[in-house]
Amino acid sequence: MAVFNLSVNGKKQQVDVDPATPMLWVLRDHLNLVGTKFGCGIAQCGACTIHLDGTAIRSCQMPVSAVADKAITTIEGLSEEGDHPVQKAWLEHDVPQCGYCQAGQIMTASALLASNPNPSDDEIEAAMNGNICRCGTYLRIKAAVKTAAANA
Amino acid sequence: MASAKTSLNRRSFLKTSALAGGGLMLSFSWLVGCKPSPEQAHSLPDEWFDLNGFIKIGNNGLVTIMSPNPEGGQNIKTAFPMIVADELDVDWKNVVVEQAPLDTEKYTRQFIGGSQAIRQGWKSLRMAGATARYVLKEAAAKAWGVPSGEITTEAGVIYHKASGKQAGYGEMAAAAVSIPVPEEVALKAQKDFKIIGTSRKNVDAKKIVTGQPLFGIDHKKEGMLIAMVVHPPAFGLKLKSVDDSAARAMPGIVDVFPIKNMQDDYQRQFFDTCAFTELVAVVGKSTWEVMNARKALKVEWEPFSDYSETRDNGTRLFPAGLESTEGHREHMAKKTGKTVNVLRKDGDPEKAFQNAAKVIERTYTAPFLAHNCMEPMNFFADVTADGATLVGPLQKPEFTEKTVSARLGIPLEKIDIQMTRLGGGFGRRSYAHWMVEAAVISDKVKAPVKLVYSREDDMTSGIYRPTYQAIYRAALDAENNLIGFHVNGGGIPESCIYANRFPAGAVDNYLAEDWVLDSNITTGSFRAPRSNFIAAAEQSFLDEVAEAAGKDPIDFRLELLERAKNTPVGDNNDYDAERYAGVLQLAKEKSNWGEKKAGVHRGVSAYFCHNSYAANVLDLVFENGNARVEKVTCAIDCGIVVNPDTATNLAEGATVDGVGTAMFGAFTFKDGVPEKTNFDKYRMIRTKEAPKVIDVHFVKNDIDPTGMGEPAYPPVFAALANALYQATGKRLYDQPFAPALEELSRSRI
Repeated sequence: MAVFNLSVNGKKQQVDVDPATPMLWVLRDHLNLVGTKFGCGIAQCGACTIHLDGTAIRSCQMPVSAVADKAITTIEGLSEEGDHPVQKAWLEHDVPQCGYCQAGQIMTASALLASNPNPSDDEIEAAMNGNICRCGTYLRIKAAVKTAAANA
Repeated sequence: MASAKTSLNRRSFLKTSALAGGGLMLSFSWLVGCKPSPEQAHSLPDEWFDLNGFIKIGNNGLVTIMSPNPEGGQNIKTAFPMIVADELDVDWKNVVVEQAPLDTEKYTRQFIGGSQAIRQGWKSLRMAGATARYVLKEAAAKAWGVPSGEITTEAGVIYHKASGKQAGYGEMAAAAVSIPVPEEVALKAQKDFKIIGTSRKNVDAKKIVTGQPLFGIDHKKEGMLIAMVVHPPAFGLKLKSVDDSAARAMPGIVDVFPIKNMQDDYQRQFFDTCAFTELVAVVGKSTWEVMNARKALKVEWEPFSDYSETRDNGTRLFPAGLESTEGHREHMAKKTGKTVNVLRKDGDPEKAFQNAAKVIERTYTAPFLAHNCMEPMNFFADVTADGATLVGPLQKPEFTEKTVSARLGIPLEKIDIQMTRLGGGFGRRSYAHWMVEAAVISDKVKAPVKLVYSREDDMTSGIYRPTYQAIYRAALDAENNLIGFHVNGGGIPESCIYANRFPAGAVDNYLAEDWVLDSNITTGSFRAPRSNFIAAAEQSFLDEVAEAAGKDPIDFRLELLERAKNTPVGDNNDYDAERYAGVLQLAKEKSNWGEKKAGVHRGVSAYFCHNSYAANVLDLVFENGNARVEKVTCAIDCGIVVNPDTATNLAEGATVDGVGTAMFGAFTFKDGVPEKTNFDKYRMIRTKEAPKVIDVHFVKNDIDPTGMGEPAYPPVFAALANALYQATGKRLYDQPFAPALEELSRSRI
């Protein structure tokens, strides 16, 4: 066990955990931020996507010990009122079916748009290809990313 | 929350004839807290008045509508209240929706499966809304001393036009509570629907996109422990012994012990399918610590002997042994073609085939599949001396409640099941052995526990879509008329044949037979059970028969459907030929079927299942040598479409799912060991492989609504296979298609 000082959604947080603990479980079990989802545990599905200094990463493969002082953003911290352009676009297109993967999809999409404000179809597909949606909402996700890009 | 103002004994309209079969119950205790979302026009009322089990109205006019069935992405949590709200005649923006807990006294059929929720709920939901509107109107008539026949309502306001009097529902709610419920109540004419048939957004969408706790895996309680289980690594093995000394010493671990999720003498019910009844449970303070401790367990497994499992629908043999996919294929190949059960015979099929000018025979196969819901199986249980509280995602709470009751000896009335949103169901969450496991573990450790399956646990613990095989034979006469049709199919461990479905009824000489093979691998419902294979086989085969007959594949089907409509063969045909033809015609029209485009290869398919009809025209192109679905035109007849945009979303999802499963879906075994354990090995469709455009159209009619969770899925497979044939000249008979396509592209290089 070791103590880690983290910056999560702009707030300082301290946890005392096994250094190998993936950020996914630090968030879900220790910080009560359950918006970040457990899907596969091996960085294959993207359900656990968060931002580390603005870059989309798979939190299931990111040990807490490797985070250091980098800023963590989770779905809960993407916007204060749930009004990030990506979140608004998701609502406009009514994207979710079961909804379980959508936090990860939104985190991947918002990181894409932060680095590439007007992505092409191919660039959207390339960025979003690591996020599985079992319900098959891929077309609405793509449409929502385009709407978010247009409205950002 | 203010207390309800009604008393229970007054409310018994369930017994009235108007509700026969509808099963609507009234309730007066609201177990779930009610908070309006910020978008609501009204703030939280001071008092709530329960008008019936589905509706309570606040003194300020805010309306809460309960949605009794679990929500798994099919969006009934929005569609159900829409139906109630329309008959109640309220403004949708003043409606708050709550998920009802399992309550068999208040509600019936609180489960999801078979695309039946909307179909079965239609009348009782409308009745709930209409009855509440009736008592509000009566209360106003009484208060104003006017005949109730002169009272009208609009958007939550009651009017007496002659006197100019008006009142909001909230103002009359208190008085409405004491108005007797009528024996019968008038329902709206369909032309008067204001909410049904309009697109309304998912009521939970804001919570989903902001990451609020909604799913079972998100549930927490003070003092809650995390549990995981270890199951045998292979089908055919059972627990022999466990050395937990190292695991117990790991940090954060509270207890390690073997559990039995079902007693040996327990009479299983239909949804009690469970591959592994003896498991090792590891309980600790956090998920990561429990995951680590599991690795330190030393477990020995041993082969089990043949055993039989008798459930309420019959007895099934689970043979001993370690099975492999290769062996499954060999066994099915040997079995196929040998008659076991004759399910239906019309005319003289043998003679028709003898006299045929042309006989076409083809064999189709499909592998086991894993459901792979994105939310791994999980459940929260808090078992105490007072009873059990169980919280989580499941499709059939009413059934599993009985299993928990029998397993722990807790009476049903002391079990409280709260349903969370399901992170996908697809049939997998019908079989809730994990809920029983959570309850058993909580009972043992005397603490609230959340049981979580890892992805690997989820994928390797059984209950797959069965593997199937079917041989089709068609006899054509010299004029290329279809004079004989024969299907012989089966699977491990269940049949794939629906003997009374199309083209039964359209062919004079028809024979359907089936068989099954035993296996110790557990299987269960998977989105459109059996249809998900047999549609692929049948609709691929009909494409080939149409080609052999020199006919356009849509015209060929339409001719058969015309025959089935005008002079049907037999009287058990379970489809409506006109509605079936209707979706084909709509797909033909909307896709501009006759139009040829360079580089675009088209396939067609249509199917009827779960009371709805669906047809696809699929356009395939090649991009950089890879096949890509450019567009799928879907035509669907599910009667009245309650919420068109979300029904469209479901059709889009079913199409993506169909393309993905047809291309990549396969679960395989080697010596009883699942060869796929996670998404690195089990290939799921991703956005780059999804169709680029899905164009969904609904047949417009006034028929009571039927389901949308499943029917759009089965036809996709054959539309893809038929388009791939047009593109490559190769017919694909074995799912998944990706390996054959890769082989084909290699051979062309």
